[in-house]
Amino acid sequence: MRLSALIIRLISLVVTFFGVAVVVFVLVRVAPGDPIAMMIGPGASPQDIADLRALYGLDKSIPLQFLIWLGHVVRGDFGTSISLRESVTEVVFGRLPATLELAFLALAIAVVIGGFMAILAARWRGTATEAGVDLFNGIALSVPDFLWGLTFILLFGVAIPIFDISGRVTPTLELPFVTNFFLIESIVRLRFDLTLDLLGHMLMPAMALALPLAAVISQILKTSLKEVMHQDYALIARTKGFSETYVLLHEALRNAVTPSLTVIGVQFTFLIGGTVIVERLFSYEGLGNLAIDAVINRDLPLIQGIVLLFAVIFVGVNLAVDLCYVALNPKLRHG
Amino acid sequence: MIHSRRDVLKLGAFGAAALTGGLAYGSAFAEGGTLSIAYNVNLPSWDPADGPSAVNPTIQGIYQAVFDQYIGQKPDLSFTPGLITEWGWTDDNKKIKMKVRKGVTWHDGSPFTPEDVVWSLQRAADPKTGNPINFVWSKIGNLQVADDVITGDVKEFDPTLFKWMAFLTGYVLPKAYYTKVGAEGFEAAPIGTGPYIVEKYERNAFVRLKANPNYWGGKPAFETVIIKFVPDAASRVAEIESGKSQVTFDIPYEEYDRLKGKKGLTGVTTPVSDIAMIFLTNVDPVMLDKNVRLGAIHAIDKKLLVDRLLKGYGVPIDTLQAPEYAAFDPSIKVSYDPELAKKHLAASGYSPEKPAKFTIQTTKGFKPKDFEIIQAIVGMWRKVGIEANIEVYDIAKHFELRFGHKLAPAAFYNWGNSIGDPSTSTGFAMFGPSPHCAWKSDDLIAKIGPLWGEADEAKRIAGYKAVDKYIAEEGYVIPLFQYVQPILYASSVKVTPNLSGAMLPQLVRPA
Repeated sequence: MRLSALIIRLISLVVTFFGVAVVVFVLVRVAPGDPIAMMIGPGASPQDIADLRALYGLDKSIPLQFLIWLGHVVRGDFGTSISLRESVTEVVFGRLPATLELAFLALAIAVVIGGFMAILAARWRGTATEAGVDLFNGIALSVPDFLWGLTFILLFGVAIPIFDISGRVTPTLELPFVTNFFLIESIVRLRFDLTLDLLGHMLMPAMALALPLAAVISQILKTSLKEVMHQDYALIARTKGFSETYVLLHEALRNAVTPSLTVIGVQFTFLIGGTVIVERLFSYEGLGNLAIDAVINRDLPLIQGIVLLFAVIFVGVNLAVDLCYVALNPKLRHG
Repeated sequence: MIHSRRDVLKLGAFGAAALTGGLAYGSAFAEGGTLSIAYNVNLPSWDPADGPSAVNPTIQGIYQAVFDQYIGQKPDLSFTPGLITEWGWTDDNKKIKMKVRKGVTWHDGSPFTPEDVVWSLQRAADPKTGNPINFVWSKIGNLQVADDVITGDVKEFDPTLFKWMAFLTGYVLPKAYYTKVGAEGFEAAPIGTGPYIVEKYERNAFVRLKANPNYWGGKPAFETVIIKFVPDAASRVAEIESGKSQVTFDIPYEEYDRLKGKKGLTGVTTPVSDIAMIFLTNVDPVMLDKNVRLGAIHAIDKKLLVDRLLKGYGVPIDTLQAPEYAAFDPSIKVSYDPELAKKHLAASGYSPEKPAKFTIQTTKGFKPKDFEIIQAIVGMWRKVGIEANIEVYDIAKHFELRFGHKLAPAAFYNWGNSIGDPSTSTGFAMFGPSPHCAWKSDDLIAKIGPLWGEADEAKRIAGYKAVDKYIAEEGYVIPLFQYVQPILYASSVKVTPNLSGAMLPQLVRPA
């Protein structure tokens, strides 16, 4: 990517974040539900109510509230949560690792399952195997992630109780972690007992998030692989005597993967969005679960902080996908 | 690093399960004096006397496991000494006097003192702290300590002051500790004098409590209590069904009926201090017509609603007082009589062919079968000559609309009142100046107003009964039924149901 293009991209990022900030700030204030109305006591006088409104800075005009908030945001201060009574910055960054670990585990599962299914279908294209993969894709895609979650809870939480239903880690365990990246830190510290416990809590929600994405990956990669397998270089490889499987894995896969990458990037942002419901279902202590409470409690500073962070993640993922795309595609790399 | 035989087993199970596509281990908390409760809400904050959490009735059970209230409350809602053992007013109601319990320690081992009580009351009264109930505590001042006795001046006499000491924000916090660690430090490591000590807290996931060995009320039954925050009802059902939790509550009645007889599980249901009602708002002209109100009221078959939609788990009521409340009057009856409803409506020119029209608002999924109940009521109304349009909103919008006196002519709501006083049900719900009142009329203001400061308790209770009777006659509100709380638990434990609806770990014991 050229320097000028990079600068333009960075400027567009700033504009995007500002736009998101304006929209979310205005939306949460014009949306029904006044946080003060939710908390006032039954015998509160008009003065009591005015005092509470002033305490949370809600007595000022919306433009003035926005300017004050924006002034703090550029200094890295997203305000104080009304319901949690803690710094929004600390709360959301404290939760982000849990959601990122869940999302990346789901992504990894989706890539493995989707990739395997695509290769399977492309290798035995036109057979019952491909039809089976198409059926899997259809089912995995048509059932929403939270329904997969409920199904897994019933199957592997109740009927065959091999996984934990709620939380991120067993409450009785003592955790030696210094970061909130529990899964990564447990591996780094070689505490595989904790790794297993964490996976026991994360696998069901991760699978629920992964299955729809796996179907998308499978479908797109399969189509791409089938196209590539008809290209000249694949034909030449076959005439050289390489097996169909060898050609598929060594010649076709690298070329077929590039178009899938953009889709994976876009779908990954949807997957992050899906964590909101799935985390709630599994009582997983991530940003999504926090977001639902923030909305229920009309915790305006917390909603703003979470939405902005989600925006950063979305934009970051898209940027990363673009960079990967450039790296993998020589035509783009050389302008 | 593998630390125990259990870990080895887990690793082995992981390997075996990986071959078959899953992990083959689970967690069981039943052993070793550990109790696990699947709770229905998250705990946002550890400050029970400040901020929105302080007025959230659903999390008071967690607070009461860790903190003591000034005055305690038994499961039948009767009051009992807490950190204050004796309390009362002087004869002229100009001063209050409270005797503080001796020999109590905070969870950090420091002694509990009367200064803690004074500081907690002063803090609760200070509007700068953001206590939404500060209007109660600001009615007293000039608190003085002499040995174990606290006296104070009454700025405004409120006969329910001491009842509030067992209600929302009525908790004693540690003055020295809080002053030392500050608000954020207290959130990170809260201490109280209650039966359980906070050992570990993961927001949105769980809190792990350990027994307070020095608790003045005796050491609790369980060494460790784990409260898992599981807001999703289906997940709570899975928690109890899989044996991963020993107690859960507020699950769908269908699930309660399905599981209560299952081997290893048992259950109990109890009416709680939470009632379903329909607010009527005196803004739309149609609702100003007494005939329409009475028609709407007499057309509702509450027993049918409870039997069909709540599977019998509900107690029909005719006033805003549940049977356990201080001002419950069984003589006030509002009959289900569709013919009478038709007569009332006909008197104002309405009939099924020419119905009275208005909107009714309701939540959907906030309370058990809330939307379905309103659908059924609208069906009953249609038969007598009322055509109601249902508008669904979330609870936050309800509060905003009610606060602004902008609710629809009818609006479904649930009103909790765990101290059972009429002032905290009929009083605040029907007294015009209250921000929570929907029917703001001068006649009610005149009738309820004098009761706020009525010192003669018998006269005050009789006064509220008379108000309830008047409200029923005028049709200013539609009380529907008292909720019944389903509690499901493992046979290895025994749960004492609590009329307040708060699930207290200290009310759970080994069977």
